[in-house]
Amino acid sequence: MALTGIEIYKFLPKTNCKKCGFPTCLAFAMKVSQKGVDITVCPDLSPEAKEALEAAGRPPIRLVTIGGDKRKIEVGNEVVMFRHEKTFYHPTGLMVRIKDSAPAEAIAKVAGEVAGYSVERVGMELALDGLALENESKDAATFVACVEAVKSKADLPLVLMSSDPAAMGAALEKAADGKPLIYAATKDNWDKMAELALKHGCPLAVHEAAGLGELAQLVEQINGAGIEDIVIDPGAHGFAQSLATLTQLRRLALKKSFRPLGYPIITFPGESSDTVEAEAVLAAQHVAKYAGIVVLDHFSPSMAYPLLTLRLNIYTDPQKPIQLTPKIYEIGAPKPDSPVCVTTNFSLTYFSIAGELESSGYPSWLLVADTEGLSVLTAWAAGKFDAEKIAKTVKDFNIAESISHRSLIIPGRVAVLRGELEEELPDWKIMVGPPEAMDIGGYLKKMWSA
Amino acid sequence: MPEVEVPLEKWTGKVNEVRLGGNGRQAVVVGGEATFPFLQFEGAIPNRPAVAIEVLDVQPTGWPSQLAAAWGNVLADPALWAKKAAEYGADIIALRLKSAHPEEGDTGAEEAKKTVDKVLAAMDLPLIVLGPEVAEKDNIVLVAASEAARGQRIALGNCEEKNYRTIGAACIADGHVAIAKTPIEINLAKQLNILLCDLGVSPESILMDPTTGALGYGLEYTYSVMERLRLACLTGDGMTSMPMICTVGEESWRQKESKSDIEVPATWGELEQRALIWEEMTASTLLNAGADIVVLRHPKTVEAIKATIDKLMG
Ligand code: B12
Ligand code: SF4
Repeated sequence: MALTGIEIYKFLPKTNCKKCGFPTCLAFAMKVSQKGVDITVCPDLSPEAKEALEAAGRPPIRLVTIGGDKRKIEVGNEVVMFRHEKTFYHPTGLMVRIKDSAPAEAIAKVAGEVAGYSVERVGMELALDGLALENESKDAATFVACVEAVKSKADLPLVLMSSDPAAMGAALEKAADGKPLIYAATKDNWDKMAELALKHGCPLAVHEAAGLGELAQLVEQINGAGIEDIVIDPGAHGFAQSLATLTQLRRLALKKSFRPLGYPIITFPGESSDTVEAEAVLAAQHVAKYAGIVVLDHFSPSMAYPLLTLRLNIYTDPQKPIQLTPKIYEIGAPKPDSPVCVTTNFSLTYFSIAGELESSGYPSWLLVADTEGLSVLTAWAAGKFDAEKIAKTVKDFNIAESISHRSLIIPGRVAVLRGELEEELPDWKIMVGPPEAMDIGGYLKKMWSA
Repeated sequence: MPEVEVPLEKWTGKVNEVRLGGNGRQAVVVGGEATFPFLQFEGAIPNRPAVAIEVLDVQPTGWPSQLAAAWGNVLADPALWAKKAAEYGADIIALRLKSAHPEEGDTGAEEAKKTVDKVLAAMDLPLIVLGPEVAEKDNIVLVAASEAARGQRIALGNCEEKNYRTIGAACIADGHVAIAKTPIEINLAKQLNILLCDLGVSPESILMDPTTGALGYGLEYTYSVMERLRLACLTGDGMTSMPMICTVGEESWRQKESKSDIEVPATWGELEQRALIWEEMTASTLLNAGADIVVLRHPKTVEAIKATIDKLMG
């Protein structure tokens, strides 16, 4: 967490010697806290103070980057237990596992599918974040071949999974430029894995299922070898255990600033699930409850899409709904005789109706009122989408100028506004659309003739 | 080996225990948690969350075909439907008196009483009765339901700001549980609980419905308001200590993702699995936020969520 000037001041020599170029140590501390100057500018800072300052300034959960310059993800650096306390910042990385013992065609197929998968929701492109390649064959050459095959198909961040440092080393020769996550250092191989991580500058996962104490001890050994970019795997399986363990880890990091476990967590929900749906549901729990990376054993769009939607929900800033600028949006290439609809500026609302208008075959004018990011009914209940507001939107954006008719379609859920609107907009014909956006196509077909 | 001391929260409050049924029917007790959902290492969780299956008193229209097909012809008869739901593993039956809605048949007290009698006779699970969510009609049919089920300790919903008096009074008179529904807002939830208690409903006879947003349709708001309500409860606020009920099935099967196979992007994937995961994920996420009762629609979801609860309870 960022330190205040006063907190930094406590660590300074307090001699006001001015060698830093500031009149006093306090003035210097203030500037450091605003990130205007680096702490190392003070030449008299003791090594202990330096370390203490660094430690205090460090985020409680380290931010770890996986992937090369082209495509990478950042996980960790979360600061709260509950999203309402602030927000969750770094969306859980969702990856799919490929085993090197699978047939070559299957490997290529999954890699291509995962890399090519992307789905639009509320105007955003949601995609999966990477592939985890497992050396199930226990054979180095097979592992390397798998890595190469995947790299030729998918330009995604990778996790390389092998307990054999030799196989890992061979794979890294081919893949290190993409800064994959090395999975995993264990009690038995950690020194060799640490060497590889240092040599290639890659983040290292640490796997220890015996207990949090054992995991912390192993992490400290690896820290001692000079490695900081760590992802931890406490080996927590199943719903209850993973919820308990991941909650404990988050608490240790945030509430006790317990450094050895202050790292993002990786989970494998498929390992304890007997159906694809169960895997999806457990993965969803890990997204909401504290995983940094979730590796799936299955991939299908019908599972990926709900999961990506959940991640979007959980990682949306609760302080500000996703919203867009109120104005006239042209759906397709509307003409003077095209329909005019009105809606609110909550993204979810806008994209629901905009998407349906687009596929309805009727190019349209979509008036978006400023409801401060609230949905139709919420805004209506809050008094931010009433007849007056709609009339004002119609007038302010001067839609009349672009069209040859005077018909306005309002959302079915606010049908009650019709009467008042007719008074507010006497020249207009107010039409009540269907309650659900998906019925707008049928409605226009039946009702629209300008 | 090194020990790591896990920080434990010293919570001062706990969720009220609320009993439904009993008195000849099966009884289900929900609530009682002294910590956040499923964190058994920290506090007692004496009761598992319950799964209710929703039953309508009219043949549903506009249900996606896979949902309707899963039930088949029992959809035409709430008693048969409730019986089937019990076979499918429901802990509770949630009967929605939809036919009382002015646009669905506008039925009145007589029909409500008949339906409730029939459903109560068809199975021995505890019952929740929900009105059509039109305040005046809710009053009429829920009072009738209350009388019909006197002594059976059913739950009646929803009490909203407009009509909590009538429904609350019926609950007191006939020994039932009141469901207090508020629109995703912690202060409104607390306020309505206070009003009900002032009326004389005991805190152990109140469930809260925080209003459910489905996955992709407001889930995050419901999730966070539930976490905040639970946090308030655990830190000792007795007026937020009521067990929570979420109408998951109704919300998730309403969404396009659960309905449409045509004219949706191929990247949405196959409809049948997508729709099931939609309901399951909405349910499991809200269970992790503190739901004590989830009201579901598809039998497969019921099976999956019951298995999930088993696993979460350890
Ligand atoms: C999430 C939510 C919230 C969130 C806000 C989310 C947001 N950014 O808007 C929060 C928690 C903040 C909230 C607050 C409130 N809420 Co609220 N909320 C909901 C909830 C769960 C979902 C709303 C939603 O996002 N729907 C999804 C969007 C996409 O729906 P939509 O905008 O209506 O769009 C659909 C259609 O209308 C159509 N459409 C859209 N545009 C157009 C245009 C045309 C031309 C056509 C034809 C169709 C069309 O397409 C969409 C898909 O079909 C609903 C209950 C529910 N389960 O639906 C209650 C609900 C809307 N809220 C309600 C209330 C009362 C409130 C509050 C006033 C409570 C309070 N007193 O504090 C506040 C008001 C906010 C404030 N004071 O600032 C009530 C409204 C009651 C009523 N019928 O009037 C509801 C219905 C809950 C209830 N049953 O009581 N809420
Ligand atoms: S150089 Fe260091 S000791 Fe000297 S004034 Fe600046 S902060 Fe203080």
